Amino acid sequence: MNSVPATDRYLGIEPLRPWAVTRSTRLKNLSRLFVFALVAFLVTITTPLAKFDGWAVAFLLINVAWVFGQSSRLGAKERQDAVLRVVFTSLAVLAFVPWMSIFLTVLLKGYRAIYPGYFFSDMRTSTPEDEFNIGGAGHAIVGSLIMVAIATVVTLPLGILSGIYLTEVRGRMTFLVRFIVQSMAGVPSVVAGLFIFTTIVQPMGKYSGMAGGLALAVLMLPTVSRTAEEVLKLVPEDLRSAGYALGARQWRTAIMVVLPTVKSGLITAGILGVARVIGETAPLLLTSLNTNGFVWNPVSGTVASLPTYIFSMFMYGTEYSTSRAWTGSLVLLVLVFGFFVLARRLGTTPAQNAKTNSRKDRKLKKKS
Amino acid sequence: MTKQNVDTSTTTLQQFDSATEFKGLETRGAHAWFGTHHALADVSLRFPERTVTGLIGPSGCGKSTFIRLLNRMHEFIPSAAMAGEILLNGSDIYDPSEDPALIRLKVGMVFQKPNPFPAMTIRENVLAGIKLAHLKRDNHDDIVEQCLSRAGLWKEVKDRLGAYGGSLSGGQQQRLCIARSLAVEPQVLLMDEPCSALDPGSTLRIEETIKELAEKITVVIVTHNMQQASRVSDFCAFFLTDGGPGYLVEADETRKIFTNPTDSRTADYVQGKFG
Repeated sequence: MNSVPATDRYLGIEPLRPWAVTRSTRLKNLSRLFVFALVAFLVTITTPLAKFDGWAVAFLLINVAWVFGQSSRLGAKERQDAVLRVVFTSLAVLAFVPWMSIFLTVLLKGYRAIYPGYFFSDMRTSTPEDEFNIGGAGHAIVGSLIMVAIATVVTLPLGILSGIYLTEVRGRMTFLVRFIVQSMAGVPSVVAGLFIFTTIVQPMGKYSGMAGGLALAVLMLPTVSRTAEEVLKLVPEDLRSAGYALGARQWRTAIMVVLPTVKSGLITAGILGVARVIGETAPLLLTSLNTNGFVWNPVSGTVASLPTYIFSMFMYGTEYSTSRAWTGSLVLLVLVFGFFVLARRLGTTPAQNAKTNSRKDRKLKKKS
Repeated sequence: MTKQNVDTSTTTLQQFDSATEFKGLETRGAHAWFGTHHALADVSLRFPERTVTGLIGPSGCGKSTFIRLLNRMHEFIPSAAMAGEILLNGSDIYDPSEDPALIRLKVGMVFQKPNPFPAMTIRENVLAGIKLAHLKRDNHDDIVEQCLSRAGLWKEVKDRLGAYGGSLSGGQQQRLCIARSLAVEPQVLLMDEPCSALDPGSTLRIEETIKELAEKITVVIVTHNMQQASRVSDFCAFFLTDGGPGYLVEADETRKIFTNPTDSRTADYVQGKFG
């Protein structure tokens, strides 16, 4: 028995997943849905039910009718199952519709002004009503990224430290800190802008990217520290005990045991904060304003950003400038989407990494 | 007294399983995978009625994977796959027409770490299965008493059934978990190292409980403790792995496994020469 290599001993036995939905059932369900969609489409041309909403209603009604028609043949449990499935699927679709609608609107109205130069050129030598092949929002993208970077550099350490204070230190001020963080989350963004305007912009005597970044930091901090606190709360007490039992001090345990355990969660906290502030307009109008060219120095003066770019393009009001504004919105959406993808990527936990690694090892072993 | 209570309960059970009287649990050529990792290979075993079968073997040889195959808990792992037949009362539990929830009602499980529901009292914990599965029972008080008695916990907790499960000691919690799984009247009870986190006293109590349970139902127990296997089980199955998937070396009456096993590796293992 041992003479046969372990991997070849059971050749010919296929791993099965009898609990999974089989391909034929899935195909049957999909084709049924397709037929229903077609029927719903026919309904929209022949009856007063019209457009997408009409189609959605017709589609839903057909599905419900089918379930009830089917239900006489099913047992009580299966009938419950089928009805609930239709209800929840339609609710899911319903929740999906506004999101799709927003994204499609931005895409359809914004794609016209896109050309490669849009991402690299600014508006110094072109006006908003120029053709789409000159000018762009490169300066706004750069400005936004610089200000968000400043905000992140300020808030990430602060947020994580306050999270540590709330979960690890649990000092006497816990209540106060939590209260302040929570009420900061409710500060209107204009007020954050005004705060920085009076504390930074006025004393410095000029608008700047630094001021914009700090205004964004005020808004970002509560998100980051709340998320960091929630994430740190998830660390099992056993791990802390294990750290203490090795003779580590509380601070060392927090830094070397607790934080690495939730690294992915903390990165997510940062990215959620970024996504929260990258579209903020009001505080930037009060702190960094807008400009037509690239600005790399955050303390030199006014800086463009995507939200203020969109705002000013809309204000200009011509056909071409409005299109440019939509394109700016599209870029902003894609940027936020990109940040979330990045969060997922960086957010893989060490355990998952270990798993993929060991799988790689196994593959390597097989090859050799 | 305990005995009599047990008998009355069987009649109330009939409404959902009168059609499926226990006719044994059996695996034929069972395999298990996690992704591409072949964890368990070609296990064919029979679990006779009213017996205790101990699964022994070194760590990582697929014992836990195997018992999780027996009540369809294996499929909760996203990349899991299996092959072969698992027959309960003569029908394959992995047949697409089978409802996994009903399978798990008939094949209960007790886990390594005691896991009473922390937000429920002792009484509610025992009745949890009945509530969760929408079973119709009117004699809740009797069920609580007889399940706790069968799990050997009644005397200790009868005056504080309203206390929360978390207030019990580890051994008591584990017996509460056994009582909880008994309340839905399973035909088979799977136990995945139920005593590994407990002190010798609690372990002894649970072993007594297992022996009493075997008068009514079939018990499958994974254990790392040779003495425990020899004390509680009627049959023993020895699993092993040599780098590849875990497999069954031999299965026989416990006495034979411990005194005169067929395979020399079994002899070495039960005598503590490796593992």
